Amino acid sequence: MSAPITVPAPRAAHPPVQRVVAVRGRRSVNAYVELSLAAPEIAERAQPGQFVAFAVGGTLSAALLRRSIAIAGAGDGVVTVVVAPHGPGSTWLAGLREGDTVDVVGPLGRPFPLPEPGTPSLLVGGGYGAAALVGLAERLRASGSAVTAIAGAASADRLCSVEELRAVADDVVVTTDDGSAGRRGWVSEPAADRIGAAGVVYACGPMGMLRAIGELATARGIPSYVAVEESMACGIGVCMTCVLPIVGEDGRTRFSRSCTEGPVFGGDRVRFADVGTLPWDVVGADAMGVVAP
Amino acid sequence: MTALDTAVDMRTALGAVQIPSPVLTASGCSAFGRELEPFVDLAAIGAVVTKSVQLRPRSGRPTPRMAETPSGMLNSIGLQGPGIDGLLAEDLPWLAERGARAFVSIAGTRVENFAELAARLRGVPGVLGLEVNISCPNVESRGEVFACDPVAASDVIAAVRQAADPAHPVYAKLSPDVTDIVSVARAVTDAGADGLSMINTLLGLVIDPDTMRPVLGGVTGGLSGPAIRPVALRCVWQVHQALPEVPILGMGGIRSGLDALQFVLAGASAVSVGTAVFNDPSAVARVHEELAAALAQRGFASLCEAVGYAHR
Repeated sequence: MSAPITVPAPRAAHPPVQRVVAVRGRRSVNAYVELSLAAPEIAERAQPGQFVAFAVGGTLSAALLRRSIAIAGAGDGVVTVVVAPHGPGSTWLAGLREGDTVDVVGPLGRPFPLPEPGTPSLLVGGGYGAAALVGLAERLRASGSAVTAIAGAASADRLCSVEELRAVADDVVVTTDDGSAGRRGWVSEPAADRIGAAGVVYACGPMGMLRAIGELATARGIPSYVAVEESMACGIGVCMTCVLPIVGEDGRTRFSRSCTEGPVFGGDRVRFADVGTLPWDVVGADAMGVVAP
Repeated sequence: MTALDTAVDMRTALGAVQIPSPVLTASGCSAFGRELEPFVDLAAIGAVVTKSVQLRPRSGRPTPRMAETPSGMLNSIGLQGPGIDGLLAEDLPWLAERGARAFVSIAGTRVENFAELAARLRGVPGVLGLEVNISCPNVESRGEVFACDPVAASDVIAAVRQAADPAHPVYAKLSPDVTDIVSVARAVTDAGADGLSMINTLLGLVIDPDTMRPVLGGVTGGLSGPAIRPVALRCVWQVHQALPEVPILGMGGIRSGLDALQFVLAGASAVSVGTAVFNDPSAVARVHEELAAALAQRGFASLCEAVGYAHR
């Protein structure tokens, strides 16, 4: 592995807050539910790439772990998230109605680092991961960057935030695995076509997609930042469950928390092939009895 | 805060050391305290019980490390941490600067490891005492769970008590995964433990019905959360009944002030809030307020009056 071309994303400027907030609006978007929350203190602190963590099920809930979801929009005192219902916790969240309240902590995690003003940018979102790129696209356009966005999903009903991206990006490409919307195929194909014009690449989505986009960018010598969607128990950095093997500034690999040291990592700093394993050269692996081959 | 709860004297002690609140964090559930700063006043809580530290930095186990279970979770972190050098250089000075008390959890694979850690922590500013983690289930073999054997457990505690700062209370953290927890409690107390932390997680397993394989990378993991609260409370009850003079730091599924009250009534003179912090990062401060209000409502003028009340 050659030396990384990215610098680790810096910490956010503002600490998170914990608030019980009201649902201001709810709308179904394809397979997802978009919730708007009246959360002014979170909205004013939030930066693109950050997330919020919800307590689910109410005060009598037997589901204790927080559900972490990327911030899709923040402004005018409102924070927007896109919920993908797949388990009991996210299904409960998706069932919230206007006027219901929910306990939320945020904004959490490190934002996407912004490039020099005017740097042409390629944004790639997979499934509901595209929601995390809308605020970023707005910031990039405001600082003079040309923005190309690619949103992909397994099928048309799994696409997300396409209209929002179209409203701000210079060029939007849609892909679906089954061809039910846009180009048939994966986001990596149009990404490969367009990456040559980009000075920086951003991605949010499933791990396999992040790996493909990160590797594509790194192979071209282009810095990339990926926002991971690891499962987290707390979202605030105390549970140590959401770790990934990440190459640090000193070149050494550590098990780094996706919540407080991510969710935004340099695409060339995530050791995608080693996720779920304990490589011998991770700091502290020797103390676990794992030695150099 | 209501006017009611300010009337209750919430002061208590860990061993001989006075603390202003009986509610502490739990080891492994609040890292080294830093991440809770936006949510709680770290100097006002009883103490920050650190994640267990070992001599060397440890990577911990590969992921997945967590599975949600009914009213709880299974974890298999494997004691990821910076090692004692990192703790002494960064985490403990950070806590001391803020006036937070650190109750340092120490872990090792050999008796000498524990003793060396205790010696390294002598006289360190901000360190209130030591919780000796002889009961982590996420170690390489069950034979390393000292707390499952009264003799092995007392060997560790005796060595730690001898090496530790005399001003530091030494608490032994016990495992519920034993046939007779009272015999382990008695053994470590005889070996010099100033108090007992009860309980560590229970060893558990979750299998993914889709993959038909264990969910956790480490196969088994430690079960925590309200699901284990009755087990923890039973352990505290049994040990307090047998050894009423031994201070107990009670833990296991405490989520509310009324949960904490149960532990106090069973014999705990202080409590740790662990997994509930994942659900509510301000839980430690909230439980303190709720406990104070609950004691006031029941006519207690002080926390100490309520300790072990259910036995009387």
